[in-house]
Amino acid sequence: MLYREAGDFKTSYAKDNQTFPIKFDRVAYYILLVVAFGVVPFIINDYWANAVIVPFLIYAIATIGLNILIGYCGQLSLGTGGFMAVGAFASYKLMTAFPEVSIIIHILLAGGITALVGMAFGLPSLRIKGFYLAVATLAAQFFLVWLFNRVPWFYNNSASGQISAPERSVFGINVTGPHVDAWAQYMICLVFVFASAWLARNLTRGTMGRSWMAIRDMDIAAEIIGVNPLKAKLTAFGVSSFFIGIAGALLFTVYLGAAEVGEAFGISKSFLVLFMVIIGGLGSIFGSFAGAAFMVLLPVLLKNILVGALNWPTDLAAHFQLLIVGALIIAFLILEPHGLAQLWRVAKEKLRLWPFPH
Amino acid sequence: MCRTARGSNIMSAEFYYGVEVFLNGLMAGVMYSLVALGFVLIFKASGIFNYAQGVMALFAALTLVGFQNGQIPFASLINAIFGTNLHSFGWHLPALLAILLAVLVMILFAILVERLVLKHLVNQEPIILFMATIGLAYFMEGFGDLMWGSEIKKLDIGIPQGGNGWVESHTAFLGGDDFYGFYLDSLDIVAAIVAVALVASLVLFSQYTKTGRALRAVADDHQAALSVGISLRTIWVIVWSIAGFVALVAGIMWGAKSGVQFSLSLIALKALPVLMLGGFTSIPGAIVGGLIIGVGEKMFEFLIGAPYLGGATENWFAYVLALLFLVFRPQGLFGEKIIERV
Repeated sequence: MLYREAGDFKTSYAKDNQTFPIKFDRVAYYILLVVAFGVVPFIINDYWANAVIVPFLIYAIATIGLNILIGYCGQLSLGTGGFMAVGAFASYKLMTAFPEVSIIIHILLAGGITALVGMAFGLPSLRIKGFYLAVATLAAQFFLVWLFNRVPWFYNNSASGQISAPERSVFGINVTGPHVDAWAQYMICLVFVFASAWLARNLTRGTMGRSWMAIRDMDIAAEIIGVNPLKAKLTAFGVSSFFIGIAGALLFTVYLGAAEVGEAFGISKSFLVLFMVIIGGLGSIFGSFAGAAFMVLLPVLLKNILVGALNWPTDLAAHFQLLIVGALIIAFLILEPHGLAQLWRVAKEKLRLWPFPH
Repeated sequence: MCRTARGSNIMSAEFYYGVEVFLNGLMAGVMYSLVALGFVLIFKASGIFNYAQGVMALFAALTLVGFQNGQIPFASLINAIFGTNLHSFGWHLPALLAILLAVLVMILFAILVERLVLKHLVNQEPIILFMATIGLAYFMEGFGDLMWGSEIKKLDIGIPQGGNGWVESHTAFLGGDDFYGFYLDSLDIVAAIVAVALVASLVLFSQYTKTGRALRAVADDHQAALSVGISLRTIWVIVWSIAGFVALVAGIMWGAKSGVQFSLSLIALKALPVLMLGGFTSIPGAIVGGLIIGVGEKMFEFLIGAPYLGGATENWFAYVLALLFLVFRPQGLFGEKIIERV
């Protein structure tokens, strides 16, 4: 009735390979798009935009980026915070150096610069594997944060060492700076999220994505069947860093407005995005969204319950939140190592047969 | 004549300062080694890269201080829920008893980790286990803070602190009139001695006791060890207990040096490059790697970082060094050669 594929015959390869092969999914996806683009901008308010939706969208981009690297290509990275900082600082330098160019182009360029930096730090991945690579990316994290902290050129010699986003607009509507509407913030992030997800989905099922997955599953075997590991690993680092750079640029320009590098892009950010990837599900675009939503909503929810309803002191609630997050990570790894995406897949399998068990 | 003499004096003062930096680097390296040691133990016995080692040190130190000061565990939580105003039992335990209790807590912790986490993750990929320990680290950090409170605590179990007069007065003759001897913290010297004793006893333990032999067997081959009747689960509990003990020692040393606070758990991150350099599977490697990192980052800061790069290079030097080193020797200095089979 609702979720059926009986009678839904595919007559071409293109149809067989489409992202949403089941009609119900396809319709739901289009409805979601219409709601996201056509309804939400009119009803969104400042609280929801700032506390939940805008960070969710931005982290979704970062999570897609990291998921490409870890979930699709199997290269563990702990340098996400550092790469986001590259995106943020690149967009800041571009915005202040070329004020007349559109901010969209600046953000895209910031992503490109981050991709180059990511590829440079990805070079050792050809020699180093597994945990060893994780430490190599930690080098990126600490070195980049130090660099942006110590070299005044990056923050235009501002006295506080902070960077703050100047006012910029798209089609005459402010998207950065102090006078910005919630719906404008939401829309620019949404456009980037939509483009990123679409791009990531299509990259990962093409030749490039297949070579990433071959490297992930067994790099030596992949090399023997003709996958070039240099190309596959570096493109994975490049594409992943591109998305992460865009997320960093958006986080700074649209969401934070002003940022201090050690605070906004420290090692905890790397772990946050890593948790989003794990909880959402390795190697799944949908999982990236689910993980980002989960990790953005959880603190808001806990804070509302513990501080708002139970009147606990905030520091106690913060400790409790750490404890819950840690326990959840372990629980997810034990119960469902493939994350929320796998739960969703199982639910879909069940739905297809519902109400019959077999 | 007079000019040259003065010139050489300045040179030598700088030289002696450099030597002092070198010595202090060695001492810092000992501290890193202490943390790295716990990593190596667990990695060898279970193939798990235990990210939570640093937080274990923090937790152990918190527990020790808590017992010493007679704090009531979860006091702030209880206060928040029941509206009471509890703080402490009002006693002070002697250091030795508190250490003993802290060791017991760490053993209990090891048993719980085995029961609740490791048992369910047997045969998972190493990367999943690694992420599980990151989760464990978060959990323990929150748990420790809830249990004992998150303010910076002073840890004092009677280890001498401050400049060591003996070293200072016995090295003063090396320099000229304006040289008063090398400044070394007594605490660092104690830490070095403890580290040496710890490594020696661990080596003796693993070479000459039955449990030690079982540990080595498990490290060599899980399946073979199982088939000759070694209980993997018992071994894991033992290894995590020992790692907990090493964490306690590291926590005491770091805690006495800079107070028991959150930054203690970040030492775990510093221990990673130490392990990279030394190799994951080698106890001497952990020591040598720690010393190289300790000396390297202090000397780099002294010679290049502070004068030319604006300082604070200690934050990243260790990682970049490990990164460069790994490109040329992926298994580390003393690690077993990595053999890959298809």
